Amino acid sequence: MREQSQPIVIRNGRVIDPSQGFDAIADVVVIGSAVVSIESPGTTELSDGWTEFNAKGKIVAPGFIDLHTHLRTPGQEWKEDPKTASDAAVRGGFTTICAMPNTYPAQDNASVVDALLQRCASEADVRVRLIGAITKAREGHELAPMHELADAGVIGFSDDGDPVMSAHLMRQALAYSSDLDLPVINHAEDRGLVSEWDMNEGPVATHLGLKGIPNSAESMMIARDIVLARMTNGRLHIPHVSTAESVEIIRRAKSDSINVTAEVTPHHLALTQEWVYGEYGEVPNTLTPNAYATNAKMAPPLRAEADRQALIDGLSDGTIDTIGTDHAPHADTDKICTFTEAANGIIGLETALALTVGIAGIGIETVIERFTVGPSAILNDATIGTLRPGMPADITIIDPNAEWQVTSATLGSKSRNTPLLDANVKPRVDATFVNGTKIWDANENGAADA
Amino acid sequence: MITTLPKTSRQASTALIPSSRHLLDVDSLSSDQIQDLVDTAREFRDLRASTRYKSDILRGTSIYTLFFENSTRTRVSFEHAGKALGADVINISAATSSVNKGESLLNTALTLDSMGVDALVIRHAHSGASHFVSRHVNATVINAGDGAHAHPTQALLDVMTLEAEIGNIRGAKLAMIGDILYSRVARSDIIAFRKMGVEISIAAPPTLLPNGWTAGTNSLNVPDSEVTVHESVEDAVSDADAIMCLRLQLERQTAGLLPDVNEYSRVWGINNQRLALAKPDAPVMHPGPMNEGLEISTEVAHGGRSLVTTQVQNGVAMRMAVLEHFCAAIG
Repeated sequence: MREQSQPIVIRNGRVIDPSQGFDAIADVVVIGSAVVSIESPGTTELSDGWTEFNAKGKIVAPGFIDLHTHLRTPGQEWKEDPKTASDAAVRGGFTTICAMPNTYPAQDNASVVDALLQRCASEADVRVRLIGAITKAREGHELAPMHELADAGVIGFSDDGDPVMSAHLMRQALAYSSDLDLPVINHAEDRGLVSEWDMNEGPVATHLGLKGIPNSAESMMIARDIVLARMTNGRLHIPHVSTAESVEIIRRAKSDSINVTAEVTPHHLALTQEWVYGEYGEVPNTLTPNAYATNAKMAPPLRAEADRQALIDGLSDGTIDTIGTDHAPHADTDKICTFTEAANGIIGLETALALTVGIAGIGIETVIERFTVGPSAILNDATIGTLRPGMPADITIIDPNAEWQVTSATLGSKSRNTPLLDANVKPRVDATFVNGTKIWDANENGAADA
Repeated sequence: MITTLPKTSRQASTALIPSSRHLLDVDSLSSDQIQDLVDTAREFRDLRASTRYKSDILRGTSIYTLFFENSTRTRVSFEHAGKALGADVINISAATSSVNKGESLLNTALTLDSMGVDALVIRHAHSGASHFVSRHVNATVINAGDGAHAHPTQALLDVMTLEAEIGNIRGAKLAMIGDILYSRVARSDIIAFRKMGVEISIAAPPTLLPNGWTAGTNSLNVPDSEVTVHESVEDAVSDADAIMCLRLQLERQTAGLLPDVNEYSRVWGINNQRLALAKPDAPVMHPGPMNEGLEISTEVAHGGRSLVTTQVQNGVAMRMAVLEHFCAAIG
């Protein structure tokens, strides 16, 4: 992480900091690596050697936290590495990313975690936290050494895209880790119900002749895991909730005071199964060659409009705690193929605001909250996702009206597997500070208005 | 060696302006275009019946058939059709190609495209394979069956066959029996016949119907694809003008979708008793290959009302019409 030298005043922006319930035009004063104060606009005199950042018309928010990033390192560095993941993160306004353990080797012991944390510290500009595996090699057979992993600094446990199918093992994972106060994050997909699938089960799959996976494959496993969390007093976090039934089950669990938190992705909030037609969500009169759009393939799949609405409702009423990108870089060869052959997942860091605010139309206040205090509460870390004085100056500055075009050049990731490729989107992240240092500036980096 | 080509009066049809240079599905064809292809195919059928037909309409055109799945009638009929029109036809089967060495579909298609092929006729187990290839090649792509999605030339020849048998098909009732969920023939037949104004009555085990389909009206999520699902095969075939019997994939039993193929035959098979519920002389079609004695009884499959061999004959003529239409413009 770089060191900041010059003090800086971020002037005249609309400062939104949900951690303090703050929303007003103000100046943010940063000295060294920390936020010093939030002042009334124009009241802070510049001293010698100070600089200023004109944020008039912009939104100034705490740096975003992503609980669900795929670093692809070690093992698949051709898709992403800590540096490019960091580049992608700052372009999306993220200053902390939490990496899933589906690396090769998996993050299932302290030495692997130590090595990756060291590499990230030297290569990434953003804070990188790691999620350890639930089971050894993520194979679902034996528990990984969860205490050892916790001591090494992991912020939770997950076998990533591989669900813990054994209810016995999931029970033990929740019980064994219940003293650690770290969440067990289980990919909810009952492979006993459907083992091979292409997309959401529904009218688009019927039309396209693709194999569908029903909503119940997700909600059944979420229901199971919630029952096990209650039974064990374990701590459960449900990643990328995608169905209306799942939201309802989680809502009920929270009202029963079960220790469960939940996440939704930007793409499940914004997009539906119709995106598989390859026409940016439109239903074409006849299929075009763009149909079977592999950049609309992910697990869980894009669902129906009713599910999307239920996810937005769940985000609004607090059933869903956080938005996680599930940033999943893949090489062209993983996506330029038939739909059935294509890898699951899309990149998500750069486009998180475009999807949630721009396309889904969710209020930016809500989105900022669920990218800051939402994840920081799950991480039990009050030092990030906030602009409170004395805390690290991780700051995101958003131009709510600026458009940008999603291209290989404007993406920070090594990969470009997003259904928004070539689209003009907004809002735009204008600048991102990590630890007081400006890492990203859209105007300096040539990401001109579209 | 052919030294002289039989002269015919046929010229390449110019009445059709293709909305796309590819034939990827039947969704993209208008009812007029379907009718034109049917009419053209009937001309070819009649020409083939009266002479040893060989034309040079597609002389100099190269057509590759690229089949990643087994096939008898579709591949051979495309080859036969191409050769009858004077095209150079080369058959590539995945089993003997570099696909066996791990070459991707894309690189295989790009390799063939680089050889200057005019039309690629593709069959692949994955839905959308032809759409995918069409995005990347200069050649015209003809879909010869992609996964559970589409089999446009089968649907076209089925329309041709039924129309030739019963005349005006608008308003006719076609009973379609069997696996809709996994069938590309069902999807393409539904769309093509609906475009031509045919009413479709369906009966199938609920496990072989698309998600959400129940008794009553259902559709394929495209305009004019409404069909009526019946709870029994007897209801579906009652007063039908024709019956389309779909192939039962035997692996549906091991996948847990069916208890037993004999039970399928007993409850959903087309036999003389069920055929008697349809209109007098109502014909029976089957896209092949048949599981004779299972979804269709021997007496129906080879009986006087079976159109199975007519479908195969028409298959060659329809593929001639398709190749002429989609390749002639290339020249």
